[in-house]
Amino acid sequence: MAATLLLGGCNWGVLDPQGPIGEAERSLILESTLLMLIIVVPVIVLVCAFAWRYRASNTKAKYMPEWDRSNAVAAVMVLAPVAIVSVLAVMTWQASHRLDPFKAIVSDAKPIAIDVVALDWKWLFIYPELRIATVNEIAFPTDVPVDFRITSASVMNSFFIPQLGSQIYAMGGMQTKLSLMASRAGSYAGLSANYSGGGFSDMKFQAIASDQPSYERWIAKVKAAPQALSDGVYVALAKPSEKHPVEYFSSVAPDLFDQILHDTKSEPRAAAMLGAALCIANKE
Amino acid sequence: MLGKLSLDALPLDQPVIMGAFGFMGLVAFSVLAALTYFGRWKWLWTEWLTTVDHKKIGVMYIILALVMLLRGFSDAIMMRTQLALAHGGAAGYLPPEHYDQIFSAHGAIMIFFMAMPFVIGMINIVVPLQIGARDVAFPFLNSLSFWLTVAGFGLINVSLGIGEFARTGWLAYPPLSELGYSPGVGVDYYIWSLQISGVGTTLSGVNFIATILRNRAPGMTLMRMPVFTWTALCSSIQIVAAFPILTICLALLSLDRYLGMHFFTNDLGGNQMMYVNLIWAWGHPEVYILILPAFGIFSEVVATFSGKRLFGYVPMVVATMVIAVLSFLVWLHHFFTMGAGGDVNGFFGIATMIIAIPTGVKVFNWLFTMYRGRIRFSVPILWTIGFMITFVIGGMTGVLLAVPPADFVLHNSLFLVAHFHNTIIGGVVFGLLAGFNYWFPKVFGFRLNEKLGRCAFWCWLVGFYLAFIPLYIVGLMGMTRRLNHYDNPDWHPFMIVAAVGAVVILCGIVFQLVQLVVSIVQREKTRDLTGDPWNGRTLEWAIPSPPPAYNFAEIPIVTGRDAFWETKKSRTTRGVGRFQRIHMPRNTSAGLVIGGFALVLGFALVWHIWWMAAAGAVGIVATAIAYSFKLNREYFLSALDVERSEKLLSLAAV
Repeated sequence: MAATLLLGGCNWGVLDPQGPIGEAERSLILESTLLMLIIVVPVIVLVCAFAWRYRASNTKAKYMPEWDRSNAVAAVMVLAPVAIVSVLAVMTWQASHRLDPFKAIVSDAKPIAIDVVALDWKWLFIYPELRIATVNEIAFPTDVPVDFRITSASVMNSFFIPQLGSQIYAMGGMQTKLSLMASRAGSYAGLSANYSGGGFSDMKFQAIASDQPSYERWIAKVKAAPQALSDGVYVALAKPSEKHPVEYFSSVAPDLFDQILHDTKSEPRAAAMLGAALCIANKE
Repeated sequence: MLGKLSLDALPLDQPVIMGAFGFMGLVAFSVLAALTYFGRWKWLWTEWLTTVDHKKIGVMYIILALVMLLRGFSDAIMMRTQLALAHGGAAGYLPPEHYDQIFSAHGAIMIFFMAMPFVIGMINIVVPLQIGARDVAFPFLNSLSFWLTVAGFGLINVSLGIGEFARTGWLAYPPLSELGYSPGVGVDYYIWSLQISGVGTTLSGVNFIATILRNRAPGMTLMRMPVFTWTALCSSIQIVAAFPILTICLALLSLDRYLGMHFFTNDLGGNQMMYVNLIWAWGHPEVYILILPAFGIFSEVVATFSGKRLFGYVPMVVATMVIAVLSFLVWLHHFFTMGAGGDVNGFFGIATMIIAIPTGVKVFNWLFTMYRGRIRFSVPILWTIGFMITFVIGGMTGVLLAVPPADFVLHNSLFLVAHFHNTIIGGVVFGLLAGFNYWFPKVFGFRLNEKLGRCAFWCWLVGFYLAFIPLYIVGLMGMTRRLNHYDNPDWHPFMIVAAVGAVVILCGIVFQLVQLVVSIVQREKTRDLTGDPWNGRTLEWAIPSPPPAYNFAEIPIVTGRDAFWETKKSRTTRGVGRFQRIHMPRNTSAGLVIGGFALVLGFALVWHIWWMAAAGAVGIVATAIAYSFKLNREYFLSALDVERSEKLLSLAAV
């Protein structure tokens, strides 16, 4: 936080979290780092001190060319790292379970479900309960958990909103889950954190956390969009495109996510590949 | 007739690539022209290309590594300048289709064709000398390994000008690397250059294990081996265990691409997670394959330049073995974000942290080797001290990334990029450059220029921090890796500092090259006639520099650790007993020819030129068969010849 104040308006991303998951992860980063500095700082100081003290020109320093063992030093050099790693291991074991991305956030508020599909190179979001869909923009109220189900209709991506916390891979034919929540209103940058090809750098979205009325206004805006996400529109959308603008779809089949999951898994791309292979063979 | 190959494969519309390729061609042409002009072809052929001498093969590995360091580094500096320019709507000067090849090539080149050949070259030169051997266990296999590595090197460099390289990142995760998403030849270049050089690396591993276990001088028990030899042994065992996994993994990917199978596709039962597991089951041991020999180099350097026995030899050896084993149990930490759940992530996170314990032991051992020593600040020890400070920072960020929930926000960010450069530059590269300066006089008989070596060191050190501390920071700010351009104005100043850092590292590399040239020109000034310029401790310093082809006229008898140091202490001079004839391997071009056919095979497979692939494969097998029928593969150097050669060497030393 001191750093934030120091550099004024900078967005400190992971170090400036806006929800409980991100906050817990930032604390974990800071605590583990401080814990390790207990041993790292003395080592660096000792390296410099010994290098200076035992320089060849300093003939006053003791010289013991045959000295190569010491039980006291051995004990310290094993026990000190063991102590630090033990504490860190306990922290890690607990945090790995507490902050498992699949684990739903406990809250009194009823969570919002958002289905996420990574396409080449944009994010498709489906609100199955509201039967609306968007591209490269989501909105949700603050202090309400958002349960994401995530897949890819193409290559591997990683769904990540740095200021809200954990990322998770989006993989074709598979479903991953992520539960996030925003504590403060704001528009947070989202991105793919796993390189996915030519248009990857612009595969970005905005996650808008707001109060309930603003969120409802946003839904109304999406519902008023002129087009629905029909099968034909989806097929066109799934084709590779770069710097895709934000799009709203007033309605969508609530099971589109499962449909995409199923199709990606079983689409007979083999036939197409065989065709390509035959083509090459013919050319020769 | 020519498969997928046509004139379209030349990237004529890409001036940057054509310029680079043209420059490479020009350099190659000048080298060939110079060889012809000075009439050195025969010398090159008999002394170098067909040699089976481990020292010369080692030197050639290191030359290869330095050439690829230049290429890999030019990729790096292009990436850094691109990111310094391409912000807030600007596209920079490298479009994604070129930029994506650059970062993929940078990773593949630096690991497979810079760090690996450097490490293997170092092991080749030093290990037989340290254990009192006359050569490696299988000298021809050594030559074959080298030429297979050269074939892979050739293929990856051809990809620059003919066709394209992979645009998939250096580990080519499917489904992006599958035919459906990467229909070009880039991934095929990646696969075949790695496969061919990978075979060479695996064979090297076998060779070093056999050498270290079978060729040690009498009296050199395992627990009397120098630590560098220990690390070479562990690293070789890891190579033999890990590289087959890579070979299988890439073979399955090529079955997908060439025969339409579905090991890693989205559809029809393919599982991309399997590829990610396999590639990291190789990939994590790989980083230890690189770092362990570097640890070995630091151990030798710190003891020699502190004028002291290495502190804690036994813990050092045990720590090396523990790291070698643990390195196979942590691969999942590369993908905590795949959703494996708390138990699995927790297990692999903690397993990763446990490696910090033996690594910590090593750092303390180096530290207490300096304690009550007499440290002579020559270039190798500078690299070692720079390493100790830099590496503990890299180790710390590594342990941080091993905490799964911390990784959930840092995975694939520039924080990660900074971390592994912190350990690979601060560990592996610093170690190799320490070893380069340390053993250079052994190989060539004269020392490298101190002053220029210091300049190189300081530029590398300062450049490293300037280039990578900003990456740690922007990683924490949420900047992910492999971006071609970005809008966030907060990141821009850091990208500029990082680019400046890359330029400072460039100065370090230039100083390194100037150091080499100046040292060669002024070699009479730093000529070492004693064979022991640093007051060394291990056997390699007991023989003249450069060592004769047979290394040891008399095989030494070892009575303790630091064998040469003990000899010097007891003031016994080099044996002048009666010489005996020496059994020597004869030079052969078979390795070179097989490497040549392997290059043809690889190129043909990339471009689907099936007849040429068949010719390459038949050529490899036929050469191997022909060589196996060759009977006069060895010869004896008579006792008289040995005596004459030793006399000359000792005359020179007077």
